[in-house]
Amino acid sequence: MIDVQAIRRDFPMFAAHPELVYFDNGATTLKPQCVIDAVTGFYTGHTSNVHRGDYAIAAMNDRLYDGARDSFARLLNCLPEEIAFTHNATASLNQIAWGLSHDFLKRGDVILTTEAEHASNLLPWFRLSHDYGIEIRYIPVDEQANIRLDAFKEAMRPEVKAVAVAMVTNVLGSVQPIKEMAEIAHANGALMIADGAQAVPHMKVDVRDLDLDFLAFSAHKMCGPDGVGILYGKKDLMEQMSPIFLGGDMNARFQKSLTYELKHTPLKFESGTPNIEGVIGAAKACDYIMNIGLDEIHEYERKLRAVFLEKMSKLDNIVIYNPDNEYGPIDFNAKDVFSQDAAGYLASRNIAVRSGNHCAKILHEVIGTDSTIRASLYFYNTEEEVEMCVRACADISLENAIGIFF
Amino acid sequence: MSDYLQMLEDPEVLRELIMDHYKYPHHHSLTEDMKYRKVHMSSASCIDDITVQSDIEDGVIKDIRFDGTACTISTASTSIMSDLLRGKTVSEAKAIIDQYMNMVDGKDYDPALLEEAVAMKNVWRQANRIKCATIGWNAMKQMIEESENGHE
Ligand SMILES: Cc1ncc(COP(=O)(O)O)c(C=O)c1O
Repeated sequence: MIDVQAIRRDFPMFAAHPELVYFDNGATTLKPQCVIDAVTGFYTGHTSNVHRGDYAIAAMNDRLYDGARDSFARLLNCLPEEIAFTHNATASLNQIAWGLSHDFLKRGDVILTTEAEHASNLLPWFRLSHDYGIEIRYIPVDEQANIRLDAFKEAMRPEVKAVAVAMVTNVLGSVQPIKEMAEIAHANGALMIADGAQAVPHMKVDVRDLDLDFLAFSAHKMCGPDGVGILYGKKDLMEQMSPIFLGGDMNARFQKSLTYELKHTPLKFESGTPNIEGVIGAAKACDYIMNIGLDEIHEYERKLRAVFLEKMSKLDNIVIYNPDNEYGPIDFNAKDVFSQDAAGYLASRNIAVRSGNHCAKILHEVIGTDSTIRASLYFYNTEEEVEMCVRACADISLENAIGIFF
Repeated sequence: MSDYLQMLEDPEVLRELIMDHYKYPHHHSLTEDMKYRKVHMSSASCIDDITVQSDIEDGVIKDIRFDGTACTISTASTSIMSDLLRGKTVSEAKAIIDQYMNMVDGKDYDPALLEEAVAMKNVWRQANRIKCATIGWNAMKQMIEESENGHE
């Protein structure tokens, strides 16, 4: 059982803003004190670079930095050397896309994705299409962005060499049948790549059980610092894949005759000085949410969302776009009020939500509206906050939205 | 102070003004006429997506039109701009635009020059909405500059 009041005491943002209802967790999450301390402790107590110093503090940072892989390996049920640190989910996805084009794919190969993806899981693939003649095809989704397995099977033609989809989509929170999809992809000889940005922070993701080939996500959406991305890949695939960046720390040796040799994986993916304090903080965040329990987090959020949905559904002025999705954010609009005006009104009631197209600019063709409001929860949100949000939503009108300026 | 300017001090009046310009925007249709200049404005951070057209001849703004999807502030501010700058000379328009930009930045401005546009006087308090209040005005500014530089 989650003791939400005890958890909230771990997050200084709540003490700093007692009035704030933070429902923008899909964008980023708040940080617990232990993560903040891990980051600032690096600045105040043990600053150094990693993998290069012959002194005690440097050795300590090597241990903390490389030890962070153990935390994520436990989170995902994989080997520590299958975890590489990048700068965000976007960087991880770019590495995967570029790496695939460099080492795994050829002209005419097909990649399957969906129209519900975040820009970070589309544009890197678009570029492969322009630069290398790799074809992008969309798996059909229903009006709440769910993939149906029969449609997926039909799309799974012999020329499909990789599938790249979000485990949980960022706008509608559709939970895709990733395990079944991976099985179908593998039976067809295709690689399974998952964008876990909205999934890993909220539910147990076991890469062995799901049989994922690659997985990308960001630490900042799971209570960790900004500037840390996680790239998981099966060891043999990580060994085969070339890094997108070359430079210091990731090479074993190089000669003036232009030859070079890279370090083994995962170090070859971490060129230059990494975000050391960020990675140390990310490991703390990882331990923190594992300590609460991913299954507990998932169940708590599912229940809280159900309460939220039930109350929102009763409001006549609100249209909800993902009522049947059991999980994830609630995506809505107030009738006759532009989403940004409505979000501005909610902000005047201290409710932080996001309006817009949520970096999923082609999704509107699926759900039939250009822009929406997304209220996304995390395990530290409460029923009282849900009540406050619903009460404020009930009051959204054009008059009130304009009224905030007077 | 004239009665008209006094009336524009009343928050109720200003709120109604924004509402009216949003629901029934003025000059809200584009033309195919090739003599019009045209600017498409969309910003990555906001969802507003509007196109503004203008007919500037011999240093006079003869017509302004616009269309697109946008929030109340973008739509109303552009609609008000289209009323205010129509028929003005380029130099008059530039002076008004300067005053408007001062106002939405929270600086001193001349309300007499801005007329109905003073409805936007509090937008600067919501920093993320300043871009909404300036999207159409920036489009117009760009077209005026182009007309002065002799661009087609
Ligand atoms: C599904 C999904 N993928 C990728 C990303 C990109 O994450 P980041 O901005 O941390 O790289 C996001 C962030 O919003 C997301 O929701």
